[in-house]
Amino acid sequence: MLFDLFNHWVVITLMMSGLYIVIAHGNLIKKIIGLSVFQTSVFIFYISMAKVDGGTAPILAENITQYSNPLPHVLILTAIVVGIATTALGLSLVVRIKEEYGSIEEDDIQQQDNQDLADSHLENKA
Amino acid sequence: MVLLSFLVVTAFAIIRMNDLFAVVMLSGIYGLLSASFFVAMDAVDVAFTEAAVGAGISTLLMLVVIAQTGRKEKTSRHKPLLALLIVLITGSLLVYSSFDMPHFGDAHAPIHEHTSPRYLNDSMEETGIPNVVTSVLASYRAFDTFGEVVVIFTAGLGILAILTIGRRKEDDDEIASINDSMHEQHLVIRIVAKILIPFILLFALYVQFHGDFGPGGGFQAGVIFAAAVILYTMLFGLSTARKVINQSFIKLIAATGVLLYGSVGIVSIMSGGNFFDYNVLASDPVAGQHLGILLIEWGVGCTVASVMIIIFFNFSGRLELHQRNERSKNREPS
Repeated sequence: MLFDLFNHWVVITLMMSGLYIVIAHGNLIKKIIGLSVFQTSVFIFYISMAKVDGGTAPILAENITQYSNPLPHVLILTAIVVGIATTALGLSLVVRIKEEYGSIEEDDIQQQDNQDLADSHLENKA
Repeated sequence: MVLLSFLVVTAFAIIRMNDLFAVVMLSGIYGLLSASFFVAMDAVDVAFTEAAVGAGISTLLMLVVIAQTGRKEKTSRHKPLLALLIVLITGSLLVYSSFDMPHFGDAHAPIHEHTSPRYLNDSMEETGIPNVVTSVLASYRAFDTFGEVVVIFTAGLGILAILTIGRRKEDDDEIASINDSMHEQHLVIRIVAKILIPFILLFALYVQFHGDFGPGGGFQAGVIFAAAVILYTMLFGLSTARKVINQSFIKLIAATGVLLYGSVGIVSIMSGGNFFDYNVLASDPVAGQHLGILLIEWGVGCTVASVMIIIFFNFSGRLELHQRNERSKNREPS
């Protein structure tokens, strides 16, 4: 009885770990890893919803009557590949940021931006 | 259940670690663990994809990136307490709402009541394909899948736009000479990989064409194919791999995949059906379904494989440029 909702709680824990990494860590690569932890937790959620007790993988065969739900499998299968493509896009932005700012720490980048802003104000006044 | 506990432990370890190299390795483990969990949940197709992507390609990409951006994370965190508070509140709200959720494995949960019986009962008759995941992916929900392939293609374009660098012939030669000295040391790995790569490619083709009957299909085949090329690139250097696989050719393949997929839809409209209604492609509806699914899986496979290769080539191309620049910088003062 206690374990009927265990999967959901694990999903929530993982999701919150991902969210925490994204909020609390300044390093951009770590943030992206946090996002992918979050993403995987959603995958796990969908896949555990699809599970039917006593069911097998949804590949039709004789003598088997109970299958797990194929629809979430389809959605998550494509989501994983889309996920790696978007993660790669994010990483490419990180690489460019590193080249421009020389750092991938959020506060360093913010500091440099503020500095630039202040400089441009001074120029405008002069 | 043990797998899930391991997943939680790994996620907490990822939070605690400051060494990005260790974090990337942990995220690879995390991917592999979730793949094993998917097998336990009967989602073999998903597990296949996650094992190739989560444990393989994404780890490699992260490694290439930290090679360019540095390994250590700065330890100072701003306001971890506030973040913790937000996370705890959100988490407890979610736990509270989870009490209304259907229990795990419940065969009468709402999710199993509506569309799924139709797919499970009728798909064999309508498409003649035993793997329901493939028939839903490629036939019933072909339009969704088309959208996803376009997203992948667009991400590939974005990376080309952000990271491509104009290369000169002299640079290439210099990089090649650096690479040769570096890679000659790994003779055993090189030879073993040379033996393995044809089999990996063959396996990719098997997964591509056997997707109708077992776990597999265009997405998985594409990723495995790309993994073989990436393995080759890692061992023989980027400039050698570029000679084997022409850059503009691979871009052409990526576009052709999307085009092939889309044109199957157009052809089915022109033959009097709906978009992606394969029944009209051949005189026999089931044969039409087979043809349509085969073609669009090919399109998916081509696009996924070539976009993954494009992504990896561009990332490591940047890395080699950095290495070369640093070398010439070091040489100047002396």
